[in-house]
Amino acid sequence: MNTSATSAARFVLPLGAFMLLLVVLIAGLYHAPQKGIIVSPLLGKPAPQFSLPGLLDESAPLQAQTLRGHWSVVNVWGTWCAECRAEHETLLMIKQQGRVPIFGIDWKDDDDKARAWLSELGNPYERIGADREGRVAIDWGVYGAPETFLVNPSGTVVYKHVGAMTAEVWQQEFLSRLL
Amino acid sequence: MLVELGHYALILALLLAAAQAFFGLVGPALGRERWLAAVPSAATGQFVFLALAAGTLIHAFVENDFSVRYVAENSNSALPLFYRVTALWGAHEGSLLLWALVLGGWTVAVVARLRFLPPMFGARVLGVLGVVSFGFLLFTLCTSDPFVRLIPAVPDGNDLNPVLQDFALSIHPPILYTGYVGFAVSFAFACAAMIEGRRDQLWARWMRPWTVIAWAFLGWGIALGSWWAYYELGWGGFWFWDPVENASFMPWLVGTALIHSIAVTDKRGLFKSWTLLLAVAAFSLSLLGTFLVRSGVLVSVHSFAADPRRGIFILGFLIVMIGGALALYAWRAPRMVSAAGFELISRESFLLFNNLLLVIAAAVVFGGTMAPLIADTLHLGTLSVGPPYFNPSFLTPIVPLLALLPLGIHARWRRGGLSDARGRLLVSFGVSAALALALVFGVYMHPIPLTPIGAVLGVWIILSSLLDPLDRLRRRLSVPPAILGMTVAHIGLGLFVLGITFVESNTLERDIALKPGGAAELGDYRFRFDGVDNIEGPNYEGLRGTITVTRHGEPVTVLHPEKRRFWVQGSVQTTAAIADGLHRDLLASLGDDVGAGAFSLRFQYRPLIRFVWLGALVMAIGGVIVVWGRRLRGAGWASAAERAPASGAAAPAPGAPGGAA
Repeated sequence: MNTSATSAARFVLPLGAFMLLLVVLIAGLYHAPQKGIIVSPLLGKPAPQFSLPGLLDESAPLQAQTLRGHWSVVNVWGTWCAECRAEHETLLMIKQQGRVPIFGIDWKDDDDKARAWLSELGNPYERIGADREGRVAIDWGVYGAPETFLVNPSGTVVYKHVGAMTAEVWQQEFLSRLL
Repeated sequence: MLVELGHYALILALLLAAAQAFFGLVGPALGRERWLAAVPSAATGQFVFLALAAGTLIHAFVENDFSVRYVAENSNSALPLFYRVTALWGAHEGSLLLWALVLGGWTVAVVARLRFLPPMFGARVLGVLGVVSFGFLLFTLCTSDPFVRLIPAVPDGNDLNPVLQDFALSIHPPILYTGYVGFAVSFAFACAAMIEGRRDQLWARWMRPWTVIAWAFLGWGIALGSWWAYYELGWGGFWFWDPVENASFMPWLVGTALIHSIAVTDKRGLFKSWTLLLAVAAFSLSLLGTFLVRSGVLVSVHSFAADPRRGIFILGFLIVMIGGALALYAWRAPRMVSAAGFELISRESFLLFNNLLLVIAAAVVFGGTMAPLIADTLHLGTLSVGPPYFNPSFLTPIVPLLALLPLGIHARWRRGGLSDARGRLLVSFGVSAALALALVFGVYMHPIPLTPIGAVLGVWIILSSLLDPLDRLRRRLSVPPAILGMTVAHIGLGLFVLGITFVESNTLERDIALKPGGAAELGDYRFRFDGVDNIEGPNYEGLRGTITVTRHGEPVTVLHPEKRRFWVQGSVQTTAAIADGLHRDLLASLGDDVGAGAFSLRFQYRPLIRFVWLGALVMAIGGVIVVWGRRLRGAGWASAAERAPASGAAAPAPGAPGGAA
């Protein structure tokens, strides 16, 4: 096989593709820490207006008004999300503490699967809205599940946690803001 | 004290890995033959010290030494002994240690077979393995040291994650890692061949058995993981396209392409650059997988920089290993290729299609796994990727791959045409179609569009794989292990395809709340809920349900799904009850108490699901037969003619390469 310029380039191609991937990885690495603190445009602003049909009880929809008059935790989850399974225990623990009700947004999910998940793992939620198309999640600025918001009694988003909820995060970032 | 000794052993292993890399790579480069002698000793020493390090940590687990942080975090005095040992790889730090230990094991295996390789080449292979090991051990010691003490010690440990307290999942990591890490050997052979710029194709023959064995272990490991997910998670699912699964599946797909392309390189001297690239890619994906998943990068996009030090180290390591190998490829591969032609319809061209389709499939999985990260970096916003993406895009290359397989195994090397096999292929296709359609429309019914396609392909792959061995037996010829292994592996694939096809199209599920005495129907089966009892285990307590299953009034089985609460971590875990059978599984899982004595229950009927794992197991057995068979026939892993001249074996070259290779 001759080693003309074109066939030589063929052998450099994999290296080029790998470099491109590296750029993505490096960008991800240096880009993520800022997001870890979460620059959400929603922070300090009222929670978006929304209304979602109830997952377990059609007569109990999840709406912006549901979050008024008391502190609320809004947790975005889905049965397709592995991390959500990981944080489920923590949510049940939070429910058991009884300090703040958790409202769930079931994101881009199958209703039957979601109900089966809850009956199997237990239900930490006060109320769950089924966001089948993912529209409401966009309004909330969700970009991956799970995400958890803390909303104050006047309906303002106070804090947002990205990724699985842990007892530590709950203690340090949520409970501390409640006081 | 022992733990500190283990720590020192790990540091010594690191130094020996450095010596192994230095003498293995620099020695041949400078032509210092006497340096080469140090390489196998360094490699063996490294393994010994790694084993010591792992041994002291296991000792700490067994003796419940909670002054070691890693033990305190991952074990508990109430944990059964078996799980105290396997808790070694229950979390990040220990997994890295296991990884390094497995790599040490492979390295020692290479040392044991060193006499079949030219000394320079063998030293380079070990040198590359030394670089890999050095990087891993440095990473372990700098960022993920499992030997850190916890002062003051805690009275009792935090317990092993309950999910991991399971037999299949305990043995899953060592097997999976044996596969993952085995590709490091293929990688090292490819790098050594590129460093030497070898124009022959012997390196492919030398690399082949290692690659096939690694591939078999990886397949077995993946199947074990899937089987575990199935019975432990109890959702009835066996594959979730979860990043962790994908991370092991991508190297398997590329490894599958590799064991096919290696055959072409070995036998015909073609596809050399492609084989090299696949060998580099298989290990690169293993590395990417182990690292990214283990550091939590891909599990959630968000935890990428959970520990920035780890992230940066990982990137550095990837740049050195993958970037280095690919640069070597760009530099050396062009001069290693040889010109030889083949016709459009020949074994070579079918294997080329096999490779392209498998690589496309791997790319599809890679794209889906990395998509959230990439989209996020490019500020494209939300992107959730799940089965709706994976299933159709994965099947697009895989269905043609399956359809070409029966043709490919009957195509001849180099020369065109299928003419002499055409009749048998047509007959086998006709028989397969009749059998499969009878199965689809007569037995299982309610097909979805893909059911007949999958069923016909599955049966046809099995029948057409049998044509050649049966023909040989009829003519009273022996079936060489290479052909036997290939046949077995392809039958495994056929079983796997049948399993997937029917479990995906004919599964029945039902969620229902029942009071004791209540019953639900699922197809022919009737599930009667008889109530729950309290149970207590060594480190948990819980509820156990009783469900009696009957079919047409005949008793079939009694199922006992459980719900366990682990004392230490307080976590609840549901354990589904499964009545397994070759032709179907019946599952029951116990949900919440919904009041008034009723419980929410989930019942499932899954036809032929055992074929999925059986198929994967049979595929891996096929790989083992190929390698083992060659050894038993005395061909060794390289026949006498290919042995290094320096080894003194002056056997004359046999007329033809042994076996069907």
